Amino acid sequence: MSLLRHAMRVAWKDLRIELRSREILYTMAFFAALLVVIFSFVFPRQPAVVRAAVPGMLWVTIAFAGTIGLGRAFDRERENDTMRALLLSPVPRLAVFLGKAIAIAALVLTVALVATPLLSLFLDAPLFDHAGPIALVLVLGALGFAVIGSVFAATLLKVRSRDVLLPVILYPLLVPLFVAGTKATGVLVSERPDFDIAWYWIKFLGIYDAGFLVLSLWVFESLVIE
Amino acid sequence: MKKLALPIFVVLASVGFAVALWLIFIEAPLQVSAGAARGSSLFFNQKIFFFHVAHAFMLFTAVFVSGVASGLFLKTRNPKWDDIANAATEVAVAFGAVVLVTGSIWAKAAWDVWWNWEPRLTMSLLLWLILVGYVLVRRFAGPSADRVAAGMSIFGMVGVPFIYTMVGQDSHPAAGKEGVVATLGAGMRPAFWISVAAFLFWFLALMIARIQSVRAEREVRELREKALDMGVLS
Repeated sequence: MSLLRHAMRVAWKDLRIELRSREILYTMAFFAALLVVIFSFVFPRQPAVVRAAVPGMLWVTIAFAGTIGLGRAFDRERENDTMRALLLSPVPRLAVFLGKAIAIAALVLTVALVATPLLSLFLDAPLFDHAGPIALVLVLGALGFAVIGSVFAATLLKVRSRDVLLPVILYPLLVPLFVAGTKATGVLVSERPDFDIAWYWIKFLGIYDAGFLVLSLWVFESLVIE
Repeated sequence: MKKLALPIFVVLASVGFAVALWLIFIEAPLQVSAGAARGSSLFFNQKIFFFHVAHAFMLFTAVFVSGVASGLFLKTRNPKWDDIANAATEVAVAFGAVVLVTGSIWAKAAWDVWWNWEPRLTMSLLLWLILVGYVLVRRFAGPSADRVAAGMSIFGMVGVPFIYTMVGQDSHPAAGKEGVVATLGAGMRPAFWISVAAFLFWFLALMIARIQSVRAEREVRELREKALDMGVLS
């Protein structure tokens, strides 16, 4: 599987740049923390309300902080026109796309890693009662977000108003992902979780990710090449 | 022939619309039981069904045309397909707005709320939001808008089944109009299908008009670029 090897190399390149400057990681994590703090003020803090609202808070945090990280990660390729170099390099273009998506997914998961404990800490939300399934939901959500997000962030690279257009494009397309993620999380933090329903939404997320991954691999090249 | 297509469709749409109006309000019988069963004022309000469903048909036709044309554009890079996708999406926004508004009016009479998150409503709204996003991209994304928009159209079309499955799982009451079109009363059938035909011609007329103007805009832009390259314009 040379494709995957190349993809991992591209992803590792991105993550290594990030680990040196930590620009996106720190700003995204801090932004996510700020969102959690704001949520703890704007919503009532009764346990019943928290149980009902905490899945939404978690996924809104992921959506907002993720969009910021996504835009910034691709800005980096634009600044020195390195996207062109990447696309010209002797690796399959699909590997470039997959590598980018893997790196973005890692960043989004970092946001989740910051937001989940903070939500439990500030709001006493039972997010760790079923940590395993919730982690699975978050991983699937981050993957779907990263796949669709990378396609459009890469396509918008040369567009002047990309910062406003990215969420305008992404959020309508990602509504099923956010709804499925929120419902699955909601079931898992409820008092008596019905694992069948959670499993239904996890399967939904898996199929959603797989479907859009195939579609992205199929159209990425023709979308990015001018 | 090509030049005649637009006026022909406009005439057909106008005649069809007049006939449809007459059939809908004079000929088609009022279905009283539906309103009586719900105990609400679903008396004259059911007439909106003939417009609502016809527009919904056209909405999904337009979305399908847009998705397929976008795919063909990405494959062939022939701007002809891009013009069609662009026009179809704009027309879909217009038809979608009518679907949402008429649906909301009907819902107020039938369910006594302007909006509920019933599967078909949710799907129409989310689809419409994608279409509006597409138009925004077209307007503000500059030179590479065609590719971004094509991607959006394809992703949006693929997303429709997911949206449908997602809301289908919801516990909200179903619309209870399963197979309304299929089980339409004999007196209503001509009114319904003439109305669909009228709006189909209207849809085609709008499409042609829009494609022509989109193409003209693109040609002017290309000419301008060419003139700039040659130094004729500055």
